[in-house]
This record gives sequence, structure tokens and C-alpha cells, in this order.
Amino acid sequence: MKIAGIRLDLIVPGVCGLALLFGLPIFLDLFSLLQVTLYAIMAILALSLAFIWGYGGILCLGHSAFFGLGAYAYAIAVINIGESTAPFLIAILVPTLAAAAVGYFMFYGRISDVYVGVMTLTLALILFNVVNSTSGAQYHIGKAPIGGYNGLPNVPGLNVPFDPDNSLDPGDMYYLCMGLLIVVYFGLRWLLTTRFGRVAVAIRENEKRVEFIGYDSRLHKLATFTIGGGLAGLAGCLFVNWGAYVSPTTFSMMQSAQVIIWVLVGGVGTLFGPMIGAVALSWLTVEVGSQQLIDANLLFGAILLVFVLLVPRGIMPVLIDRVWGRISLPRRPVFTAPPVAAREGKR
Amino acid sequence: MAYATIVGIEVVYAIATLILVSLGLAIIFGMMRVINLAHGEFLVMGGYAATIAVHHGVNVWIAILIVPPIAVGLIGLVVERAVIRFLYGRMVETMLASWGLSLLIVGLLTTIFGSSTEGVPMPLSGFTIGAYQASGYNVFVIAFSLLTLGAVYVLLRFTRLGLLARGTMQNAAMAAALGVDTTKVYAVTFALGAALAGLAGGVLAPVAGIVPTSGGSYIGQAFITVLGGGAAALTGVTSAALLFGSVGQAATFATNPVFGSVALLLAAVVLIRILPNGITGRYFKGWL
Amino acid sequence: MKLSRRSLMKSGAAAALTAALPMPFVKSVAAADEIVMASLYDLSGAFQEVGKQMNDTLTLAVEDINASGGLIGKKIKVVTYDLQSNLQVSAQYAQQAALRDKVAVVHGGISSASREVMRPILDKYKTLYFYDTPYEGGVCDRNTFCVSTTPSQTVAKLISHACKTWGKKGYILAADYNYGQITSDWVKKFAHDEGGEILGTEFFPFDVTNFGSTLAKIQAAAPDWVVTVLVGGTPLAFYRQFAAAGLNKKIHVCSTTFGSGNEQAVLTSSESDGIVVCYNYMETIDNAQNADFLKRFHKRFGDNYPPLSELPMSSYQGVQMWAAAVRKAGSADRMKVIQALEGGISLEMPSGKFAMDGITHHCTMDVHLAEYKDKVPKIIETFAQQPPSDTAAVCNLTKNPNDNQQYVIKVN
Repeated sequence: MKIAGIRLDLIVPGVCGLALLFGLPIFLDLFSLLQVTLYAIMAILALSLAFIWGYGGILCLGHSAFFGLGAYAYAIAVINIGESTAPFLIAILVPTLAAAAVGYFMFYGRISDVYVGVMTLTLALILFNVVNSTSGAQYHIGKAPIGGYNGLPNVPGLNVPFDPDNSLDPGDMYYLCMGLLIVVYFGLRWLLTTRFGRVAVAIRENEKRVEFIGYDSRLHKLATFTIGGGLAGLAGCLFVNWGAYVSPTTFSMMQSAQVIIWVLVGGVGTLFGPMIGAVALSWLTVEVGSQQLIDANLLFGAILLVFVLLVPRGIMPVLIDRVWGRISLPRRPVFTAPPVAAREGKR
Repeated sequence: MAYATIVGIEVVYAIATLILVSLGLAIIFGMMRVINLAHGEFLVMGGYAATIAVHHGVNVWIAILIVPPIAVGLIGLVVERAVIRFLYGRMVETMLASWGLSLLIVGLLTTIFGSSTEGVPMPLSGFTIGAYQASGYNVFVIAFSLLTLGAVYVLLRFTRLGLLARGTMQNAAMAAALGVDTTKVYAVTFALGAALAGLAGGVLAPVAGIVPTSGGSYIGQAFITVLGGGAAALTGVTSAALLFGSVGQAATFATNPVFGSVALLLAAVVLIRILPNGITGRYFKGWL
Repeated sequence: MKLSRRSLMKSGAAAALTAALPMPFVKSVAAADEIVMASLYDLSGAFQEVGKQMNDTLTLAVEDINASGGLIGKKIKVVTYDLQSNLQVSAQYAQQAALRDKVAVVHGGISSASREVMRPILDKYKTLYFYDTPYEGGVCDRNTFCVSTTPSQTVAKLISHACKTWGKKGYILAADYNYGQITSDWVKKFAHDEGGEILGTEFFPFDVTNFGSTLAKIQAAAPDWVVTVLVGGTPLAFYRQFAAAGLNKKIHVCSTTFGSGNEQAVLTSSESDGIVVCYNYMETIDNAQNADFLKRFHKRFGDNYPPLSELPMSSYQGVQMWAAAVRKAGSADRMKVIQALEGGISLEMPSGKFAMDGITHHCTMDVHLAEYKDKVPKIIETFAQQPPSDTAAVCNLTKNPNDNQQYVIKVN
């Protein structure tokens, strides 16, 4: 996507991002700024799944597991430690390690696609069940009660690193979340241009062929999955800071479903689309609640169904095709069925 | 001794309900390679069908055993024609579409019935073993699950419909070449699976309260049982239900229901790691 | 691309206006002759049914006040948001009510979890908060008023009744979250106070529907009575299975929650007869205020409305309490209303005399012990003017006005 030698696909999002980062705080009131901060956090979560599903070809049905682990890791660590620098890092480390462990179990066990979905879903269900049933006073980690269904209210927010008395106000949180979103977006864009990124995409296209060429597909899938898990954890950590609470619903099926819907609506195999999906649908959730005519489940069910059946590629690829007629990033020819013979052979 | 009998009945009951709840999903998955995440909602619709029938003065047994499978079977037929048939062979997409369907049904049920808990009166009273009271209905559920399992086996193994269905699922192109209307077979099989889900919902209606969202508590277990069982629908479900049901109930009696369900899920994870294609991927090959 | 992203990201009022969704509740800051109140209940999701009832009684209270000339010469305007039984949405609407709508008071929150999410937000942005749901007690916060019952008011009477009339041996079945955990601690304490003992306690997640193993354990323990602290859809399955096993003929049942989910309407009377409850309000209370209230309520919302429980009555009484404070203060200003409430206000309400305790920001009220017979709670005994003594043991906002937390009250 070059015009007169300029990389439009890098410059447009870059300029947009910086304009939003520095422009919005001037124009928006506090309430809107808090909303946009939340959207930025959800966009990071959407990017993490967009990366492992859209580019790595790994369908993670229980993505909330890593989001929730990040959230709980931060909350428990910050209540025990007080100063937020270490908890911030712990909140990324814990889900990263969890994703690495689960990924090793799955990919080195050569478990097939659908079962990977089941495994991750089961993991999220287990975490939800366990955390949800720890409301007794006997369940605590250090000073932090785990709190069961109610979770942990009043979680202390982030402070300026190594300066516990200097905590971030809503404006600072906005800069942090929006800044991190820009970093994550361009970081993933860069990653996909490296040798690692290209092999990961190649595995999505044809795993056997990549192995014949001599790459270790298990290792690449594991790395992709681990990065995605870590990013979801980062989103979880920021989410706790936004709302000052954490609850088992961060592990819920609905949370996993939401992320999948965002990515699907935005466009599997793009990074920009899922961000749009996350923002648009998070905004819609709030709008639905200020009227009493349409049930939220009804609306989101209908959206998911319509997109799978009618717009399986998502909004973004369709838009880009319309606008530019071609695309620059390696994208999956989304939702093509494997040949019948291959399917029959697998039985 | 009496206590042991009571515990024994509970364990068998847990296994039987697991079979009953999973059977419809297993038919649809095992025969058609379609993972129907709206299965839990099919169950709930069965429950609502039974409730409505009872409210209209239908005999309780007819309301829980006859009305739900017919109602949900018809709904299943509509769903297959409207949604699923476009997605055959694409497992991930069917999963996502049926997830959307499940949310949609929850929304519809909430709009129609509200979210207060509905229920059907218990048609059987309890009986005594030693100093203990046991639920007569639980014993009925156990017997009825076995009966259903047997009936489905006979249907698939010994009838012309079963033969056509199995043939079509094994090789649709060949079946079509031999003059079978495969579209019809797919539709009927999906409707059968849906009807079984409705039946399970009807049978469990007197035991559990019904709210639009209660499908969520069934789908996880049913999903895991079916995938743990593997491709052979009936053998797979039975063997996986035996394993998971006893592990889950043993843990429930030893601790509490939460760790019971966690033990069940952990057993499933370990099983899938050891047997990536489910129990029937390694054992009982070629069974139904 | 740039344009579409910007407009989506802004997503503020401008985007909301252009959206295709119907918007029956116009969002804007109050006109000069209006006082804005936010109603934040769960109108969909797990708490939908009770949330709708609470929103309806709140609506009735506001309409009555407006019809009789308003409050200090102004009309009350309600902005209604559906919390969707979702904590993230709860946080967003609390922010919206405080920052965008700049409401004078927020009524709402059903679960303790959603209260603990919204309470710090409303504190931070200085918006008065009324929590109208019975809960486990211990909230101590100058900005927050809890106008429903806590365990020392109702559970004490219930357990004392159980120990005195049924026997000394009890068994607890509780929902596995902090209301269930804390309430069951109180049950143990009250049972010990009466010389009784608790043979077993079991906690259940909200979606358990098979109580077979529990019934076996209960029978093995052979208690005189069972107390249920269950919420959601689970209780129904329990009462069913308990009756199906024939145990309701042998073991008595009392409950801290039965009826608030309209369980008696779904159960047969043989399944629900004999269950004993203790609440601040039930429709069978016999006084002039209640008769008048029920007449007005059914005129407004129809005769087929399910019986109202303590929860919707609490939001009705909560609005009346707030309105009385505004009248007393002559202003809807937050600090003035808080001071008026702390000075003590006493009202005659459908549940009986209803008074604000300024020290704890909780209420002193009558509680009624009742037994279900033919799906109707028949009142056995009324205990007048029960103080919130559990919260009072840990919370004194007169002495420590800056206190702001939910205490876990030591039970022993």
C-alpha cells in the first residue's frame, strides 16, 4: 500500500494513534476519557487474540483465562506489595508462564485444532469455578483474600514506577493505556514482518508443509500462543486499574465469547479490524443497557450469527478491499473449508 | 450399608444424567462432525416446552416425555435449514455460529418468559432405604436414560433410517450416488439430535429449576463428555460419562460440588492429552 | 480509515445521537427545576426479575412524589440504566451517573459485588449513594446509606425460632459467595447463643442443580432443621428435590432468602408449606400504609404482579427516606442531605416504623417472622424496631466520619 514511496499502512494508523493519544484529552470530558481508556484496554485484549487466532491459526476459546490471570495476579500482588511496579510485571509474567505451560501441553502433545479450543475453554472453566468458590476467609494469598464470586474490590491503582505516593490519575491512565495500545499494535506489526512472524503465518496456512521445510511448528505455535497470553494478561492488569476491582467474571465464558466476537466482527487475520470490533461492540454494550427494548444476549447472538453466515471475513477486510482493492499484510483466506478428502481421511 | 446404597444411586444417577444430557450432542457431533454450542439452550427449550404443557393442563408424563422432543426436534429442523446446512465441514465456523445461536436463544427466552425460575412438579414420590429417604424420580431418570440409549442404538443399528444416516455420514458422495437424498438425511439427523436434547430438558425439568441461562451449566459438561468420548457417538458418550461421572461424584462426596466439577474437568483435560481423539479414537473402534 | 476510526473512538454524545438504537431515556444534565436521580438495577441477566421489581417500586415512589407537587418545588427526574448483572457495565454506569448526568443520588446495586464496584466510584466523584438490598452488613462509608436489613436484624430471629421450636441441631446450605459465607457464620453464632449446634455447612455455586449428594449428607447428619441461604435458580431445585425425597415431612426448613425470587409461585404448596422466613417486609403485613401502598402499586403495575418481597420494598422505602431528607434539608445538595439523614429521620412505611440510624447509616426497622402456608407467608410474630447491631459493633461514622470500608464483622 505505497503511494509515492510512502508506506500508507504504517503512517495512517500511526498518525491516527498519535492524534488520538494527544488530541482526545483536550476535547473529552472526564467520563468520556474513562470510557476511551476502557476501549483502549479492550482493544489490547482484542489484539492478543487477533494475533494468535488470525495469524497463528490457533483458536483459543478460553482466552479469558489469561485476561483473568493477569487481572488477579496484579490485584493480589499489589495488595501484598503496595508499590505497583513489581505487580505490573508479575501481572504480565503469570499469564505468560501459564500460556507457555498450557501451550507446551497442547502443542507438544500434537492436539488437533478443535481440541485446542476445548482445552483452553476447559482451562477457563476450571479457573472460573475455582476462583468463584473461594469466598471463605480461609482462601487468601498473603494479605489478599481471593473473595470468590465477589472478587476483590478497592484494588489500589498503578503509581509512577518506584514512587508509591505518586499514583496515576484518570488522565495518566488514559495516556498509559492508549500509549500501550499503540506500542502493542506496532509491536505486533513488526513481529509479523520478522522471520518468526512469517513462519507463524505459514503454519496457519499449511502446518505439514512448514515442517517438511524444516521448521519446528510446535515451537512456533507455542511462542505465538505465549505472546498472546502475555498480552491478554497485560489487558487484564490494565482493566483492574480502570475499574479498581477484579471478579471471577474476568474468567467467564461471556468474556471469552466477547473477544471472539470482536475479532470475528473486525476481521480474522487483521490487527486493525479487531480493535475496531472491540471499541464498537464495547460501546454497544453500554448503549444497550440504557434502553430496555432489546435484550443484550439477543443482540450479540444475532451479530455473531450474521457475521459468521454473511460477513465471515469481518468488517475490516471487506472495507479495505472496497477502498483500496488490495491489501498489504499477509492475510488468511478466511474460512475456507479443508478439502472433503482431507476431512474424510481424518476420521 | 443403606448410606452406601444411597451414595451408589447418586453416582449412577450422575452418570445417567451425563449420558442423557450429552446424547443429542453426541449424535450431532459423532455423526455429522458439527459441534453445536447451542445444545444447552436446546435442553432449556425442552424444559420450557414441558412447563408450558403442564400449565395448559397436559398430563405431567406426556408433558415431560412427549412434548419436549417433538417441539425441540422441530426447532432443530428449522435451525439446520436456516443456519447449520451452510456450514457443513467447517467445524470452527459451526461452533461460532451455534454459539451465536445460543446467545440469541437465551435472549429470546428472556424476552418471552422473563428470567424468573420456572419448573414442573415432581411426578414421583420418594422411597425409603433403611433410615434414608431416596428420590424415586432419580431412579426413574436412571432407567429412562438406559432406555433412551437402547432405543437410539436400535434406531441407528437396525432401521433403514439408521442405515441411511450412517452411510451418509461415512461417505456423503457415495450415498448420494446411490440415490440417497443426503440433504434430507442431514436434516433428519440434526433434528433427532435436537429432539434428544429436548427430551433431556423435559426429563430434567422436574429436578432442576429452569431459567433462560441454565443451558450454560449443561453445555460445558456435555461438550467435554462428547469430545472425551470421541467419534463413536453411543459408546463414546457412555464410556466418557462413566469415567467423568464417577470421578466427579467421588470428588463431590469427598469434598463439595465445586471440587466435583473441577475434578471432572481435570479428568477431561488429562484424558484428551493422553487420548487426543477421545476414548473411542483408541478403544472400541468401529463401534456405534 | 482515519475518519471512521476517530468517530468510533470518540463515541460520545454525538455518536450516541446518530446511533440507530432507540433511546427512551434522554441523557442530559438536569434542568433548573429538576432533581435527577439514577436508578441502577440489573434489568437483565441473573438478577433481572428482582431488579425489575425494584425499579418498579422506585418508579412508583418517584411518581407519587412528583404527583403530590414534587420535592422542594422541583420534579424528580429518573435516569435508568440496566447494570446487566455485569460488573464492568456497573462501573461504567456509576461513572456515567456521577460524571455525565451529575445526579443528586444513585439508588441501586443488587449484589454486594456490584455495590463494592460502584461505591468507590461514587465516593470518588462525590455522588450520594443508597444501597437498597438486604446484605451481609459492615459497610461503613459516610457517602453510602444502606436501607435494607442485615443479619443481626432478621437471621437472629429466624435461628432463635428454629432452635426454640424445632430443636437444637441445624444444618446450613449456603450460596458460595460472601453473603452466604458471612450469613452462615452468623447462623452459627445465633445457634450457639441458643444452645444449639450446627452439624454441617455446605456451600454451592449458583449453577448447581443436583442436590443428591447433599440430601444424602443431610440425612446422614439427621438435623432437626435446615437453613437455606441460597440465591439464584439453585434454591428451587433444592426445595424440589428435598420434597421429592420426602424429607420435608421429617426435617424443618427455614430460609434467609426464600420468597424473594418468588419461589413459592413455582413450587407446589406441599413443597413449600412450613418454610419459615424472617423479613422486614412481606405483602401479608397488616397496616394502613401497606394496604394503601398495595392498592397504588397494583393500580400502576397491574393486578397480576408477583408478590413483592423485602427487596422491592427496600428501594421504595429508600427513595422515601432520601426524599424526606431532602425536604428536611431544604436542598438536594449532597452534604446537606447526608447531615439531614445523620440527624435521624423516622417514617411510617408499609413495613412499619422505619428510622435512619445516623451513626451507622443503616436503618432501624420492624421484622416479621412468617411461615408459608398455601404459598402465602403467614406472620407468626413481629419484632418491633430492630437496630443494625452487627454494623454498629464496628462502625461509628459520627466518631470516624472519614471511615470508608466494608468491615468483615468478627462473629463469635
